[in-house]
Amino acid sequence: MLDKTQIAKRIAREVKNGQYINLGIGIPTLVANYIPENLEVVLQSENGLLGIGPFPTEDKIDPDLINAGKQTITMVKGSALFNSSDSFAMIRGGHVHLTILGAMEVSENGDIANWKIPGKMVKGMGGAMDLVASAENIIVAMQHCSKDGQSKLLKECSLPITGIKCVKKIVTDLAVLDVLPEGGFKLLERAPGVTVEEIVSKTEGKLLVEGEIPEMVFD
Amino acid sequence: MITKTVTNAAEAVRDVVSDSVLMFGGFGLCGIPENCIQALLQKDLTGLTCISNNAGVDDFGIGLMLKKRMVKKMISSYVGENAEFERQLLSGELEVDLIPQGTLAERIRAGGAGIPAFFTPAGVGTEVAEGKEMREFDGKMYLMEKGLKADFAFVKAWKGDTAGNLIFKGTARNFNPMMATAGKITIAEVEELVPAGQLDPNHIHTPGIYVQRIFQGVDYEKRIEQRTVSKG
Repeated sequence: MLDKTQIAKRIAREVKNGQYINLGIGIPTLVANYIPENLEVVLQSENGLLGIGPFPTEDKIDPDLINAGKQTITMVKGSALFNSSDSFAMIRGGHVHLTILGAMEVSENGDIANWKIPGKMVKGMGGAMDLVASAENIIVAMQHCSKDGQSKLLKECSLPITGIKCVKKIVTDLAVLDVLPEGGFKLLERAPGVTVEEIVSKTEGKLLVEGEIPEMVFD
Repeated sequence: MITKTVTNAAEAVRDVVSDSVLMFGGFGLCGIPENCIQALLQKDLTGLTCISNNAGVDDFGIGLMLKKRMVKKMISSYVGENAEFERQLLSGELEVDLIPQGTLAERIRAGGAGIPAFFTPAGVGTEVAEGKEMREFDGKMYLMEKGLKADFAFVKAWKGDTAGNLIFKGTARNFNPMMATAGKITIAEVEELVPAGQLDPNHIHTPGIYVQRIFQGVDYEKRIEQRTVSKG
């Protein structure tokens, strides 16, 4: 099984040189720490910044400089600031190449649910619906099953959905899977110590397993 | 030049009445019009509709207006971090319209730009699309969203001049520039107010035409929600 850090590390391997990337809150934010240093990428924060840098040192904290999770941040060299309308023009207009976000459920046709649980306080979708409606590549970081063991990779989402037919790849604590354009999950890699049988038994949606499934290797 | 200056926040908000539609710039607590919110709290107002990306926290920002029961309806994209908000929502005292963040930004931009409605992919196939007009363009589905305007828009800038021109700083810009365009009366509070002519016209983010009143704010708290640091 992968821990949160390993999920982030595995997703970081999907990052390509020259990409503009939006990272969601939670595990996706951790991905920034593991992007190989030889790659030139720019991180977008939907509240109005291209070029998110590391957290500031105590003496460099600026209340006028935060990320979309409202954390204090810094800017890298070559950053640009803009308003919220421009920010979502970048997102909706397809200029952001890669979106990485968390999910509560994903369906076999790539629908994602990550904003609302009926009966619980609704906090709002923030920018998630805009992001998933337009990104050319969406990678989801999530747990394969709920705490009581129910699969979160489903035939159809049971929770209110955030976007339809948008997820391209999923990295869970158990596996890496593609969402096929014609529908269905395709198993690509297993977490260390996790068998194909376990992944099959914990995936409710249609799962394609072809040939030998390699085990992920971490340093 | 047309002079837009007023002496302080109290004078700026003098004619705001109950049941008005108000816009507040800011993302979380970053770039919110702190002085105008304080001045509104001093007035006896109810039934307000507040358009703001977030709803403040319990003891700061729009959260203070909620606590005073001034707000009838919030139009926002994300309203976590506020226990009083949750209480009023669950008890039915407060109406909430949750809108995808990019749609909210664009609705405000459209409202200020004379665009009555537009089509966006955000929310297609979700409950956000319920009751909305759908159209297909080049094989992809979009839903229609309408422009938003307000009786008063409250924005916060870093620098401004007496002609109402504004410059923002960092990510405190966020929703402020669009909201400035969408208020029938836009009130700008700035950290530093200078005479017209002292700001470089090349650096203006919001041209003064959108601003009806401007004043230099005082005592900015600029509260931080998530103080994250690295050891360096």
